[in-house]
Amino acid sequence: MQIPLPKIDLPRLPFTPEQASSTAGHVDALYLYLVAITLFFSVLVAGLIFYFAVKYRRRTPDEIPRPIAGSLPLETMWTVIPLLIAMTIFVWGASLYFALYRPPRDAVEIFVVGKQWMWKFQHTEGQREINELHVPVGAKVKLTMTTEDVIHSLAVPAFRIRSDVVPGRYTYVWFQATKPGRYYLFCTEYCGTNHSGMGGYVVVQEQKEYQAWLAGGANESPAAQGEKLFQSLGCASCHKMDVQGRGPMLAGLFGKPQKMEDGQEVVADEAYIRESILDPQAKRVLGFGSVQMPSFRGQVTEEQLLDLIAYIRSLSAPPGAGGGTINTAAPGNGNTSGIAPDTQRMNPLSPTAPRGPQGAQNTNTNTQGSNRPPQ
Amino acid sequence: MSAADTPVNPMNPAAPAAPPRADAPEWRTRFAHTNYLNAEYGIKSWLLTKDHKRIALLYLISITIFFALGGAYAIAIRLELLTPAGDLVQPHTYNKLFTQHGILMVFFFLIPSIPAVLGNFLVPLMIGAKDLAFPRINLLSWYIYLVGGIFTIWALLNGGIDTGWTFYVPYSTTFSNTYVVAVGLGIFITGFSSILTGLNFIVTIHTMRAPGMTWFRLPLFIWSHYATSLIMILGTPVIAITILLVALERVAHIGIFDPRLGGDPVLFQHFFWFYSHPAVYIMVLPGMGVISEVVSTFSRKNIFGYSFVAFSSLAIAVFGFLVWGHHLFTSSQSVYAGMIFSLISFAVAIPSAVKVFNWTATLYRGSISYDTPMLYALSFIGLFTIGGLTGLFLAALGMDVHLTDTYFIVAHFHYIMVGGTLSAYMAGLHMWWPKITGRMYPEGWGRFAALVLFVGFNLTFFPQFLLGYMGMPRRYHAYAPDPLWQVLNVMSTAGASILGFGLLIPAVYFIWSMRYGKFAPPNPWPATGLEWRTLSPPPTENFARTPVVTWEAYEYRPVEEMEVIGAGDAEGVQPVGGTISR
Repeated sequence: MQIPLPKIDLPRLPFTPEQASSTAGHVDALYLYLVAITLFFSVLVAGLIFYFAVKYRRRTPDEIPRPIAGSLPLETMWTVIPLLIAMTIFVWGASLYFALYRPPRDAVEIFVVGKQWMWKFQHTEGQREINELHVPVGAKVKLTMTTEDVIHSLAVPAFRIRSDVVPGRYTYVWFQATKPGRYYLFCTEYCGTNHSGMGGYVVVQEQKEYQAWLAGGANESPAAQGEKLFQSLGCASCHKMDVQGRGPMLAGLFGKPQKMEDGQEVVADEAYIRESILDPQAKRVLGFGSVQMPSFRGQVTEEQLLDLIAYIRSLSAPPGAGGGTINTAAPGNGNTSGIAPDTQRMNPLSPTAPRGPQGAQNTNTNTQGSNRPPQ
Repeated sequence: MSAADTPVNPMNPAAPAAPPRADAPEWRTRFAHTNYLNAEYGIKSWLLTKDHKRIALLYLISITIFFALGGAYAIAIRLELLTPAGDLVQPHTYNKLFTQHGILMVFFFLIPSIPAVLGNFLVPLMIGAKDLAFPRINLLSWYIYLVGGIFTIWALLNGGIDTGWTFYVPYSTTFSNTYVVAVGLGIFITGFSSILTGLNFIVTIHTMRAPGMTWFRLPLFIWSHYATSLIMILGTPVIAITILLVALERVAHIGIFDPRLGGDPVLFQHFFWFYSHPAVYIMVLPGMGVISEVVSTFSRKNIFGYSFVAFSSLAIAVFGFLVWGHHLFTSSQSVYAGMIFSLISFAVAIPSAVKVFNWTATLYRGSISYDTPMLYALSFIGLFTIGGLTGLFLAALGMDVHLTDTYFIVAHFHYIMVGGTLSAYMAGLHMWWPKITGRMYPEGWGRFAALVLFVGFNLTFFPQFLLGYMGMPRRYHAYAPDPLWQVLNVMSTAGASILGFGLLIPAVYFIWSMRYGKFAPPNPWPATGLEWRTLSPPPTENFARTPVVTWEAYEYRPVEEMEVIGAGDAEGVQPVGGTISR
């Protein structure tokens, strides 16, 4: 569920960072509202204190004022009014939170791995960066993040976004940059000796500049690297592409609910695949209860795990397998876009490119399809 | 200072005092009556005392030492942040500085400060009891505090700790090469002191109230200490278990928090904040109790809406246990959990607002004096209001995403902890100093110091709100070389020096006043609590006979009509005349 935010055009306030994302203005608007409330009540309380302190100052040492017990109407008033005001802040804050943490379906995905004390970024086109993240202006970008060691937290004040990066799980945050420039990128969860050095910049570029940057020094896409790993780690000997091997077939699996031995149903998302590689016995697919897949814990890094996930996600279902291809997977998995890695270089991250699942699928068929399983 | 040279019998200023004992130093025998200070001599009489008042003084001394040490760390932190580059200390050293500042201030100053010093001293006096319910346990709790504290200081001096006072895993369990287990053990031990104090207060308040001292005649100080004690005994075991689990994970790799062993690092955060959020209320609720007493006394008015203020303390104690998740809005907690925690966090703001409004309304048509405790109390109300309102920013989900882990958080909780708790502690120390020591502090210096602290405090922490919104992360040894950021940091450091200076002034005049201060009458302000109906300083047994309470809380009458139930030399019931004149 994506809550649409109303359009807000707020000028940059003093003592605030640049507004460089589609949500920054909304956060600033809420800030302004909160500042106004704070000012109102602080001035009210301080004003009353000053007024009373002067007006009712002690005139003679022995005076004893008349006692006043209290007032139910007043107590009710200053319970109910602050509560109502608090509820408006709650609703506003919560709707903003949903907008900040629910990535839109058509967002392009970038993998992020935190590590003491650097940020590694991995674009679907194959570019890898450290402590600098290039994105084109206007593109919706979803960051899928994890860490190799301790908890980190990725924050870009100019975008008003932040999310902790937690070992052993994937966290997500998204943004749409609206203004070219270089913006601070910080680690904001204390992570050890060089915590304050774990940062850099997000570089927001115009489409043309971004293309130029993209053209230089591209590596293999994560999916292509994942395919190599899939072969070299020997995964392919059990997880066969065309016939049922010892392990479940992986083509077309991503984003689909899977039946487990114990009866529960699990959606095969990033977290599930990660767990199945590192701890295969945790959730066993129905019909494979007796298979003893070895754990790959300690043999693959977090980045390689992301490569493997990108590869598995790029596999479409074999012909006749029933369900659609992964790119037309059930709505709601939130991971349908930006996946056709080998097509991205043609029109990467372009907000005008066909971004919908169908569009990605179409372009996919026109390329050499090096990642696709033999059919 | 002629008054200081002659012993004065507060019961009867004209009567000559008993002559000093030949074997005792002169200053010990100045008081005309036998009181808890001069009843016994010698170091043993202090270290083995069961008198709640002496134990309060033992706490006062030890807490002051921890506070000074924590303050020294703060000064070092602020000096490092004068410039954007990390040029004063090494990053590793800086990380230890802020960690140790936090640990000392939270666990060894803020949590015990008001309950262990003022609470210990005043709870039995205020309810008309001779002592706490379990005097030996009370002494034991001080020893536990001291052992935990010495253990922690030993660990700090022998290498220190760099995990942040929050001990987040897996950094603390797997990656930090510092004395995590030792410091954790120190905090673990000290926790028992908290639990025992809380238990003692609850039993005392339930069972030892004087005849006629009904629940709704209790001073609000007692209500707030009652609520605090509930949190102490319910919450502290959780942090103890959590620290134990961190130690086990670190030593034995049991796999509860480490994801590589199948654990969950976010589970730690839930455990930690399940205690540490209510702990915020352990720190601030007793302060609210102090403020209720001070505001009432120095405006000579009963507290407006007594029962609302009393029950708001309990409401805070209960709701305080349900909001820990608001520390985890960006920690990958589910958005729905975030919503519920946000909602309850807004609810917990209401009882605090109710207190602020009631204190303000108490001033209405009062007789307001500007004595030092009142200056601290009024600045408490203002600063706590700002601290509380900025809490709304952080309870608002979408806003918190931008603000958490920045200097905005640092500013917010220092407004509550320093602007709130420390102001209240200072207000309370000044208000009850005459009762504790039998001497007046110098009023002029007191007011001056209160003003200096107010200015220094705001200059230190207000710029940090702005820095936080601009994005400066907390716990940063070096920060981005933005000129505006540096200007604000320089302001903050300048404010910290003023703050430090402002704290030295009371330290000096309090010590000075113990020898040279004017003798205090039993009820110098005057105030209405039972503690003001005994001598200053009180005799060991507090009252000559059990007082019978026939009046409501905060019922102001001419001071001549408030009988003094003394003891010892001035036994029996005697009226006491006049307030101190200035």
